[in-house]
Amino acid sequence: MKADRGYRVLTRRSADYPELLAAIHDPPKRLYLRGDGSPRLLSCSAVTIVGTRSCSPYGAQVARRLGRELAAAGATVVSGLARGIDAEAHRGALEGEGATVAVLGCGIDRDYPRAHSALAQRIAASGLLVSEYEPGTEPAPWRFPARNRIIAGLARVTIIVEARARSGALITADFALEDGREVFAVPGEITSALSRGTNELLRLGAAPLIESGDVLAVLGLEEAPAVLGAKLSESAQRVRELLADHSASVDELVERSGLAANVVAAALVELELSGEASCAEGVYRMG
Amino acid sequence: MATYALVGLEPRRVEVEAHLQKGVPSFAIVGLADRACQEAKERVRSSIVSAELEWPLRRITVNLAPADLRKEGSGFDLTIALAILAASHQIPPGSLRAHAAVGELALDGRVRPVGGALVVAEGARRAGIDFVLCAAESAGEVALAGVDPVPVRHLAEAVAYMRDDWLPEPAPVASNGHLPLGSCPDLAEVKGQRRGRRALEIAAAGRHNLLLAGPPGTGKTMLARRLPGILPLLAKEEALEVTRIHSVVGLLPPEHPLVMRPPFRAPHHSSSMPAIVGGGRGPSPGEASLAHRGVLLLDEFPEFQRPVLEALRQPLEDGVVSIARANGRAVFPARFQLVATMNLCPCGGKGDAAGCSCSATRLAHFREKLSRALLDRFDLVVAMPRPRAAELDGSGEEASVLVRERVQAARERIEATPPRMGAEARALLTDAVERMSLSGRGRARVARVARTIAALAGAGEIAREHLAEALSYRIPPELTGV
Repeated sequence: MKADRGYRVLTRRSADYPELLAAIHDPPKRLYLRGDGSPRLLSCSAVTIVGTRSCSPYGAQVARRLGRELAAAGATVVSGLARGIDAEAHRGALEGEGATVAVLGCGIDRDYPRAHSALAQRIAASGLLVSEYEPGTEPAPWRFPARNRIIAGLARVTIIVEARARSGALITADFALEDGREVFAVPGEITSALSRGTNELLRLGAAPLIESGDVLAVLGLEEAPAVLGAKLSESAQRVRELLADHSASVDELVERSGLAANVVAAALVELELSGEASCAEGVYRMG
Repeated sequence: MATYALVGLEPRRVEVEAHLQKGVPSFAIVGLADRACQEAKERVRSSIVSAELEWPLRRITVNLAPADLRKEGSGFDLTIALAILAASHQIPPGSLRAHAAVGELALDGRVRPVGGALVVAEGARRAGIDFVLCAAESAGEVALAGVDPVPVRHLAEAVAYMRDDWLPEPAPVASNGHLPLGSCPDLAEVKGQRRGRRALEIAAAGRHNLLLAGPPGTGKTMLARRLPGILPLLAKEEALEVTRIHSVVGLLPPEHPLVMRPPFRAPHHSSSMPAIVGGGRGPSPGEASLAHRGVLLLDEFPEFQRPVLEALRQPLEDGVVSIARANGRAVFPARFQLVATMNLCPCGGKGDAAGCSCSATRLAHFREKLSRALLDRFDLVVAMPRPRAAELDGSGEEASVLVRERVQAARERIEATPPRMGAEARALLTDAVERMSLSGRGRARVARVARTIAALAGAGEIAREHLAEALSYRIPPELTGV
């Protein structure tokens, strides 16, 4: 292990080389690590969350929520720093103040995609950026599928949140199955092309993921106690009941609750701050 | 004889002198007159002949002093004609001293209105001139400046007046008591849209900048167009300021020259920078200044050219546009309220059931164009998803008049005793800054909006629920990509 150049290297012989990764078909000879997280993070109960880059608000929200809840419960959230589901999973884990690891398809000093360089720095502050390529290696399309075997190999459980029919995330799922790891798929609407791949996986026998507890049971972890701040106001409770049925815009909530628009808006912010609801494109959802 | 040229919104005195000499008959205008002003020669000659007066067959020189000030437009016609008539003793020369004049001449001698009559009249008043000859249509405008208009329809009338043979009919008492209503669409026509309506009301009460974002056809523009209808009328001085700007570009309706309704301007997204912020050789005010004390609507906000949007940052910050030219500088007031609409992505599908088909790079490019600095000027951001059918058959909605009363009351409250931040609200704000990653400017903005909400509620203190509601209008993270 060297720490002088801002990065560390793990070889197959290092004590910290993750056991699970060593068990896959062709484990990488070296792992380059960047970030302040301990290399032991890689050996902890790790969960991989991956999915499509062009995700729907639903997918983004599920990924973030899973990332948050799993990280808060003590799991390491592994993903690929790509746009969409990957980034949301990392963000969720950071929100949950847990550990997260990003496996890159390029050198660990190349923040790719560039739009995520701020996110990469936040991950490096508490977690790890990992790559099998030498620092300085430029991103190339053929490196990404190879990187997926590491993403799958690091974790005991792989979760596919949203994937099109021939998504790269399905390659990760294949690797995980080959290595004998547990694969979960998040059910989606059958009319949505973005859920085609995940629903297909379910048909093939992947375990459906309905709540983070499903995964935690496999890992033998306890769910983190819900951190509820101030008690919710009456209107917020009412709005939460309505949102539990299905997602809705402010106008729909006004219609259904009979409350005024200003009251609903305040209630939604309350729910957002307590982490119970989130908003995308003007539509609010639980979680 | 005096008239006034416009430099920006300021009148500059211009002396018009005519000299007749012996020699080959000719006619020259000197004193940096532009094209339209040079063409006055033909109009003046025809008018004088049409008014059955004599065109002096002499060598005529008209000087517009000061000679180094650029004179533009056709407003000097009437003055030039009168100066020539006085020089040829067809009207008593002394009679011109107490008068200024502004107006364009038609070939048959009729007097046509020109833009900026109000500013000319204000210049006359400052110089102690009591009477301004002008076109009949400009009379109301001139009267606003506090001088006596002499409305003339024809050059012959002006001459008769100067010869003390004729007096204009007394001008009807300026009838600004009643206003042209109905030009403003009413909020009663908007079904549903509770959230949008609420945001509109807050924006009106606090003069906040408002951004409406959502897929096409969700009523963003419809809502935005109804903002002027719920704004209180302008105070007297404000109205005069606005009227002056509108006078310069000739936008005033002759029957109701005083602009009492907050103006509403909606330039198309292909508009150039000079058209929006002002410019040109004059320079003349742009849409931003025409919307002074009113509303500037930028429909399809991201479609505007980037430099145009960035140029709007100065007026949004300072409330003025200052345009520097080689021969001087013009400052136009531009304290407008900005309302913008946009789609959530370039294809417009985001937020719609059909979904978005934009590539990731295209989305990133789109977000980049909406610079953070620009988005930060919006106090209220409302995402408007497509309403489901059930909502559209909502019945009898509140009319604009009722909303306007609440807005008026809230504004008075903010001016008298602005609500202060309560302890609970402050705690919530601190919490939110951390959890929702608000910038420093974002924090100030939320506090401002919360104050308006408290004022609308008639509260003396900003309570927790006021601040919570204000937080719901923050910039959604999907627009910034953070």
